[in-house]
Amino acid sequence: MNLGPHVGFIVSAYIAAIAIVAGLVAWIMFERWHLTRMLDEFEAQGIKRRSGRAQEDKA
Amino acid sequence: MRLTDLANPSRFLALTDRILPWLAVATLLAFAFGISQAYFAPDDYQQGATVKIMFIHVPAAWLGTFAWILMSIAGLGTLVWRHPLADVAAKAAAPIGAAFTLMCLVTGSLWGRPMWGTYWVWDARLTSVLVLFLMYLGVIALWRTIEDPTRAARVVAVLTLVGAINIPIIKFSVDWWNTLHQPASVLRLGGSTIHPAILVPLIVMLIAFTLLFLTLHLAAMRNEIMRRRVRTLLIMQADAATSL
Repeated sequence: MNLGPHVGFIVSAYIAAIAIVAGLVAWIMFERWHLTRMLDEFEAQGIKRRSGRAQEDKA
Repeated sequence: MRLTDLANPSRFLALTDRILPWLAVATLLAFAFGISQAYFAPDDYQQGATVKIMFIHVPAAWLGTFAWILMSIAGLGTLVWRHPLADVAAKAAAPIGAAFTLMCLVTGSLWGRPMWGTYWVWDARLTSVLVLFLMYLGVIALWRTIEDPTRAARVVAVLTLVGAINIPIIKFSVDWWNTLHQPASVLRLGGSTIHPAILVPLIVMLIAFTLLFLTLHLAAMRNEIMRRRVRTLLIMQADAATSL
């Protein structure tokens, strides 16, 4: 495929789009990992929300 | 499951855990198809190969405005119905909307330089999209400034609804004022002016980007619910420490 004389602009646009999407995905995945770890730590310490305790009592 | 059951964050989390993998796969498949279609799409008779930038620029512009519309609907949900997930949806959409608006601005500049001879011009369309990006940054800053999420949600909802006035300005700016930016060519009365050979890949890319947005938004909403649980537990931990 010949992208003509403006190949640099076309490739740069696609690289920018990929970088922005990759940044978004990485940020969301990192947050998920970080928050899951924090919730696991709370659970290990026996600290639970009232609704969590209520569900346990029902069981 | 009734629709109202989704108002329960735990049920919503269970549902997103089931939906997200399928949505992610659908997004990847749509992008694989869309990018192959874009790759083989013919050059424009005037713009040459630079028309390929349109396949990312137009979906980014669509999602930048769509995210604000979604935040406005969520804002109504917060202010009128006090829906438990409305402010979660609004907060999760803001950074994603900002990212797509930034993508629209960057790809637009890179398209503008070879076609218009400049990266930027202060015409109505470009300026109103820049204002949208700045409003996203303002909303994100506001969420971070007000510590209580319920209070923050109400303030942000008002700002979002006021800011929604910018959406029709963006859409019709090319009709109301003389702009360097081209007029609407996809969604317009009288039908699209784009040849099907280019329009079909564009629509596929629009679908792929929309699926990507839904995937990211659901994942970000899940994170926000978890963040609020962490906040509650931190407060409980602090209360327990002070009562000792």
